[in-house]
Amino acid sequence: MADKLHFELVSPERLLMSEDVDMVVVPGVEGDFGVLINHAPVVSTLRTGILEVHNEGAPELLLVRGGFAEVNPEGLTVLAEEAMLLSDVDRPALEVDLKNANEDVADAKDEAQLREANKTRDRLVEILGVLDLVA
Amino acid sequence: MANLKDLRNRITSVQSTQKITKAMKMVAASKLRRAQEAAEAARPYAERMESVLASLASSMVGQVGGPKLLAGTGKDHVHLIVVATSERGLCGGFNTNIVKGARQKIAKLIAEGKDVKIVTIGKKGAGSLRRNYSSRMVKHFDMSHVKRLSYGDAAPITDYLLSAYDNGEFDVCTLFYAKFQSALTQIVTAQQMIPASYNADNVVDLGGGAYDYEPDETEILEALLPRNLGVQIFRSLLENAASEQGSRMTAMDSATRNAGEMIDALRTTYNRTRQAVITNELIEIISGAEAL
Repeated sequence: MADKLHFELVSPERLLMSEDVDMVVVPGVEGDFGVLINHAPVVSTLRTGILEVHNEGAPELLLVRGGFAEVNPEGLTVLAEEAMLLSDVDRPALEVDLKNANEDVADAKDEAQLREANKTRDRLVEILGVLDLVA
Repeated sequence: MANLKDLRNRITSVQSTQKITKAMKMVAASKLRRAQEAAEAARPYAERMESVLASLASSMVGQVGGPKLLAGTGKDHVHLIVVATSERGLCGGFNTNIVKGARQKIAKLIAEGKDVKIVTIGKKGAGSLRRNYSSRMVKHFDMSHVKRLSYGDAAPITDYLLSAYDNGEFDVCTLFYAKFQSALTQIVTAQQMIPASYNADNVVDLGGGAYDYEPDETEILEALLPRNLGVQIFRSLLENAASEQGSRMTAMDSATRNAGEMIDALRTTYNRTRQAVITNELIEIISGAEAL
């Protein structure tokens, strides 16, 4: 049995995953890349997308948004601003959120509100876009 | 001599105070546990972030034209002091200590002829700083609506700092908060946020290799630095929340104990007075009977 890659997924709120795995496919900003053990050191920014964790059995799929991946001799660390299991993603709820966000954009009274509403909306659009690709 | 009824009233009133402080202590204890967990859960992210930043920054050392957030504006004139305190009082010396730390720094900077601007988070610190420095206070963040601190709650503060920095409103930004050590000790900490500070010891040894950057180094740094700022702020707010609850727990614990001592003392006086009254009455009756 070959050596395994040490993989850690952290979000600002908590450490989501810390285990030894076979391979991780990271959605880098310039394209997806797979990381195996003894990968050369890389720092890459992430785009909103699907992170695949390959270990025994079917790969685990996670939705990540914003952040960085760092590969060093100790392993792979993904710092995601947001991360959730794809199976936990509640698509209808997100669509409701998007609808609300669109209304917020329309209702925004000043610039700060508009900026805030736009940010929320863009975030939801990005996530839903990724979900469309997967479905 | 105090009369019996007054004493009784005072005992009841101290007892009800004790009940309140005891309840507050228990609430603080349970909130502390949650706040502490949150602070600990956020630690890995901040640590990894710092080590990535440290390795990037150390590879940038000596290069001209690094991002402003790392290299600074090249000036050291306008200082922005961010003071993070709590929204509620009754938490011992928590707010006072933070404000005291900030005050010393502000006084020192002013004495050195620097321009000082103040941003406050949480109304307790804002209240006591306003007394001396109201003309210097540029912004206040109200956190009273926040029940459970999430990363998003720190975002408005980060955004504000970034845009103010971009507009050249300050050169150096320092954040004051209380680092949580235990329920008994919280350490007032001044952390320089802008230009970003990092610990060079955190650099991971690559064994002779060098990082590949995707896209390139500068772009990553430019994306990473604002995020790092956000994470640092988020982390200090979490630490602060844990410190606040810890401090409140300790304060309420000693208040409960004080109330207990007070009740004991009052009860002794009460019993003595009661006995004295009875003795007096007996003497009156006996001397009345003897006089006959």
